[in-house]
Amino acid sequence: MTPVPTSPGGTARSRVRGGPAVPHPRARPRSRGAAAWTPWLYLAPALVVLGALLVYPVGQLGLISLLEYTQAQVSGGEPTSFRGVGNYAELFADAQFWQVLLATVGFAAACVVSTLAVGCALAVLLTRVRAVPRLALMLAALGAWATPAVTGSTVWLLLFDPDFGPVNRVLGLGDHSWTYGRYSAFFLVLLEVVWCSFPFVMVTVYAGIRAVPSEVLEAAALDGASQWRIWRSVLAPMLRPILVVVTIQSIIWDFKVFTQIYVMTGGGGIAGQNLVLNVYAYQKAFAASEYSLGSAIGVVMLVILLAITLVYLRLLRAQGEEL
Amino acid sequence: MNSTGFRRRPRRPRRLAAEASALVIAAVVAFPLYWMVLSAVRPAGEIESAEARPWTLAPTLDSFRRVLGQQEFGRYFLNSVVVACAVVIASALIAFLAATAVTRFRFRFRTTLLIMFLIAQMVPVEALTIPLFFLMRDAGQLNTLGALILPHIAFSLPFAIWMLRGFVKAVPESLEEAAQLDGASRSRFLWQILFPLVLPGLVATSVFSFISTWNDFLFAKSFIISDTSRSTLPMALLVFFKPEEPDWGGVMAASTVMTIPVLVFFVLVQRRLVSGLGGAVKE
Repeated sequence: MTPVPTSPGGTARSRVRGGPAVPHPRARPRSRGAAAWTPWLYLAPALVVLGALLVYPVGQLGLISLLEYTQAQVSGGEPTSFRGVGNYAELFADAQFWQVLLATVGFAAACVVSTLAVGCALAVLLTRVRAVPRLALMLAALGAWATPAVTGSTVWLLLFDPDFGPVNRVLGLGDHSWTYGRYSAFFLVLLEVVWCSFPFVMVTVYAGIRAVPSEVLEAAALDGASQWRIWRSVLAPMLRPILVVVTIQSIIWDFKVFTQIYVMTGGGGIAGQNLVLNVYAYQKAFAASEYSLGSAIGVVMLVILLAITLVYLRLLRAQGEEL
Repeated sequence: MNSTGFRRRPRRPRRLAAEASALVIAAVVAFPLYWMVLSAVRPAGEIESAEARPWTLAPTLDSFRRVLGQQEFGRYFLNSVVVACAVVIASALIAFLAATAVTRFRFRFRTTLLIMFLIAQMVPVEALTIPLFFLMRDAGQLNTLGALILPHIAFSLPFAIWMLRGFVKAVPESLEEAAQLDGASRSRFLWQILFPLVLPGLVATSVFSFISTWNDFLFAKSFIISDTSRSTLPMALLVFFKPEEPDWGGVMAASTVMTIPVLVFFVLVQRRLVSGLGGAVKE
């Protein structure tokens, strides 16, 4: 990779003016000694922000999940009391929780698989075409990527609207409602999620293929390797780090889908049939004022995502990547 | 830009088929955006007409007028811009410093920190809405733009640091040594040499923080509860979106207005995005 040097100066200038005017008698030896605190100085802003707005809230989330914390406690009407694992017991005894958990996992899995399949296929397609179709597809994908989740959700709802949407007209479905049935509503949301998240996969994988030196591919072709063989034995192994990254990112994003479900199914669908964990936690906390139950759901999500992270770290380690 | 090397001397019909399908797919992918703009410029009666024609003969700006004339749409737009810019700039600078620290220095807990940054990426932001709500309430930040800016900086940092690492690493060490021999101070090297070299990576990274901030719906909904003059665009959009009888023209006009800045931003950084993502991942 070669970062292109771009017009230096400008943004950087003002910060340097205050720098030391004293010339160094000799080049300072790198690291250790006097400069040992330098990395911590550079890290300080990041650590302060992350500590206050990420680590501390995570701790609070865990704490609230162990308390009795509803509207009464928030307004100060009743004292806060410690419930231990009572909230979790209540949650795990609730059939709806398991149903939502199952729906979340299934929905995220479907989204991840579809997004990866579409993204990778189109990335390969991009390498096979000349500049104009490539630019067209790239621009369309960037458009989909750039579309905010809220707008994307409303546009897809309009497309599939029973009364005014073009999809039902073209398919001759009359006033069939896509958001009424549980699975068709999930399917509609899935289409939107894939539409707005495949571009990341496509662009990343395409950039990865392009970064493979062309001599390698030419050499393989000269040796008489078939297209499939080139993909399997040359490209796929070289792209594996990229594929791991896009897979994990997709899992994380799709597991946490909130806006699409919230907007497209009107806050979780009829009788909560389209709830996923994130929306469920939100509804519990902010609609029902059951803050501690909402936090407990949040902790469950956190634990699941942490488990995925550990797998990710394992995979990175297995590839011998140095941190 | 040599991307045809993958396939030497492709057979013609095959390539034409590939190009035709690429164009068709591009049209399908772009269709929702086309329909959004189309519905925004349609006269009110036409959206509700029985047939869904993919064009309009009488484009009008009525919907846009309705949207822009709505209470304080301009202010919502401005709020969104302020929040997004503040987050992009602050997180880029903070992430640049942190990425430099973890790639250019060896120190105790370095690997631990890196793993922490990785884990921090996975934290479900949405789950933290509850404790953040109480934190913002206690800090008196509810109903202020700060309640939107601060959490977004925190949530975009781990990914930005992780991605920038590759770019900082790619700058040869010898450059730093040469700069030191020439008597450049550390901060001079940092801001006048390293920063410009890493800028393409910063741009690629900022795409993510910009989008997540601009699109944010949950924090805006949860932290801006009573003072609507601090609302951002997603909330304004939902004013037109009533589940029973949505004003589709208005929703689509508002959606168009909300999407355009992101599109412009993307087109501006598109080149760097592709090389940036490739670089960060390849490393």
